[in-house]
Amino acid sequence: MIELSEELLLRMYYNMNQARYFEEKLDDLVAKGQVHGTIHLAIGQEASGVMAALALEEGDLVSLSHRGHAQAIGFGLDVNLMMAECLGKYTGYCKGKGGSMHIADVENGNLGANGVVGGGFNLSCGAALTQKYHQTGKVVLCFAGDGATNEGSFHESLNLASVWKLPVVFFIENNQYGMSNPVENHINIENISDRSEAYNIPGLTIDGNDFLDVYNTVTKALRYARAGKGPVLIEAKTYRYSGHSKSDKQVYRDKREVLEWQKKDPLLKMKEYLRENRIFTEKQILKMEDEAMISIEQAVEFAKKSPQPQLNTILDDVYA
Amino acid sequence: MMKTSDMTKMTYRNAIRLGITEEMRLDRDVIFLGEDIGVYGGAFGVSKGLLEEFGEERILDTPISEGAIVGTAVGAATTGLRPICEMMFMDFITLGMDALVNQGAKMRYMFGGQSQVPMVLRLPSGSGTGAAAQHSQSLEAWLCHVPGLKVVSPSTPAQAKGLIKAAIRDNNPVCFIEHKMLYDAVGLVPLDDDYTLEIGKTIVERPGQDVTIVAYGTTLAKAIEAAEFLDEEGIRVEILNPLTLYPMDMKPIIESVIKTGCLIVAHEAAKTGGVGGEIVARVVESEAFDYLTAPIIRLGGLDVPIPFNQELEAAVVPQRNDFVHGVYRLLNRE
Repeated sequence: MIELSEELLLRMYYNMNQARYFEEKLDDLVAKGQVHGTIHLAIGQEASGVMAALALEEGDLVSLSHRGHAQAIGFGLDVNLMMAECLGKYTGYCKGKGGSMHIADVENGNLGANGVVGGGFNLSCGAALTQKYHQTGKVVLCFAGDGATNEGSFHESLNLASVWKLPVVFFIENNQYGMSNPVENHINIENISDRSEAYNIPGLTIDGNDFLDVYNTVTKALRYARAGKGPVLIEAKTYRYSGHSKSDKQVYRDKREVLEWQKKDPLLKMKEYLRENRIFTEKQILKMEDEAMISIEQAVEFAKKSPQPQLNTILDDVYA
Repeated sequence: MMKTSDMTKMTYRNAIRLGITEEMRLDRDVIFLGEDIGVYGGAFGVSKGLLEEFGEERILDTPISEGAIVGTAVGAATTGLRPICEMMFMDFITLGMDALVNQGAKMRYMFGGQSQVPMVLRLPSGSGTGAAAQHSQSLEAWLCHVPGLKVVSPSTPAQAKGLIKAAIRDNNPVCFIEHKMLYDAVGLVPLDDDYTLEIGKTIVERPGQDVTIVAYGTTLAKAIEAAEFLDEEGIRVEILNPLTLYPMDMKPIIESVIKTGCLIVAHEAAKTGGVGGEIVARVVESEAFDYLTAPIIRLGGLDVPIPFNQELEAAVVPQRNDFVHGVYRLLNRE
């Protein structure tokens, strides 16, 4: 059992709430026509996205999926700069050139969200190769969705990482749909983690809505990879309440299915845990929720007030 | 000009290897990955002996997974290494295009300048080996269509050494196109381990004032043969070699066309959508347009997959006589 300090639990609950509010707010801005382009929401997936990233140690690296806001918040990114990037502002992480799908903080080890499904697998192997070569003792956590495990890059990466014993943990958020396609229509096995067997690496399927399960499993997997034993594949079963992107009318699923999953909501589950174990008072819990909400309100304000990129930056940074 | 005593004769293949060897000795962050580059020494022998000198940690034999080779190189480059990777044949970059085009080429820009991707992708290209349609292509135009990539194409052993070293030192993804029919070509190569050729320069291979020919890869040698033949008839052909195909240095080409008024652009790659069309477009957009005295001629590969039969294969790509007749046509000598 991994010891959870009060400080860590506080950060977990705060970050999960931040992720929820961040995306609800963003969804609202999209509905009002205040966001140019699309966004991919992970509302309902906060335990897997936030907790997996929170399990990392200082100096570890991540590669995020296209549905990466919760992952980024768990990794410790600044919500102000994230929101500014989602609104295309110059103060954003990518100076307004990347948007929601490419939020990156390379200097601090976030190799970027990736607009290509499965685009991060090979990059993560490369980043892991650097860690191994420089003997940094750091690990790369690679996020992807269930759909991405049908890309060739998934299989090439698992094979390469296994053969070279690279320090990388592949973390698959199985949210039950590859865009509109239900997972049973595109993957003919019960658990995606079974694919690990083909590459002779450990594979685990966990409850992606259970913050403890995610945090504990990823922590152990990171230890394994850090010890030089090679990669691990984790499948976190979870669910996204929103559509794939802003244009999704969700004609492919029954509203009742969404309601069923909402009963297993990751934030509610964590709140119950905090209450049952009397870790925080009701007042403290409310305070964390309020502070998380305020941080997002402030992020929106920061983003809205931020300047647009100047047109004369358009040619900058094509080459180093 | 370098003294010949500081130079030695060697093949194009050995010149590439020398460049890689020198850079790997100078910088421990340079690693090399690809299929069969270790004990086997590479499909074309370019990496022969490197495993013995640098070991398995730096000379990495990969599974046959081109997507993983390129993608791993991008990830390694972003995090502090300077990988060189080899596609066994340029044709196989089709299997690594996502990693190259969607990831490596764009990361810096789409992240607002946060990252750099210092990597070299070695691409053995071209026809002439009897390897048929899937092992003989010249796909450089695809790569020249992707901002963020650099594309270089050396034609001589000295150029090969100078450009591979410059490519390894460059902080961007550089596609290094090495024509398979040039591997055994011999030439003088500078031995200085700091000798590099600046990326982004077009050079004058042969001065002249009657007709301008722009050629690279193997077509350069054919253009030079044609120019020597025409010399005897008193026709002075100026030959330019765009060593960097993208981003291309157009100034010397435009200046040459202003001088000669006549232009032939040549490459082995299929003519339609080829780099030659871009060169022509840039010339006619420039002040050189007013100096043109004849229509421009584009010599390119026929728009067919490369056939296996030796005679058919040779007939696909421009030959010496195509240049000679092109020059006659421009000068109304036919």
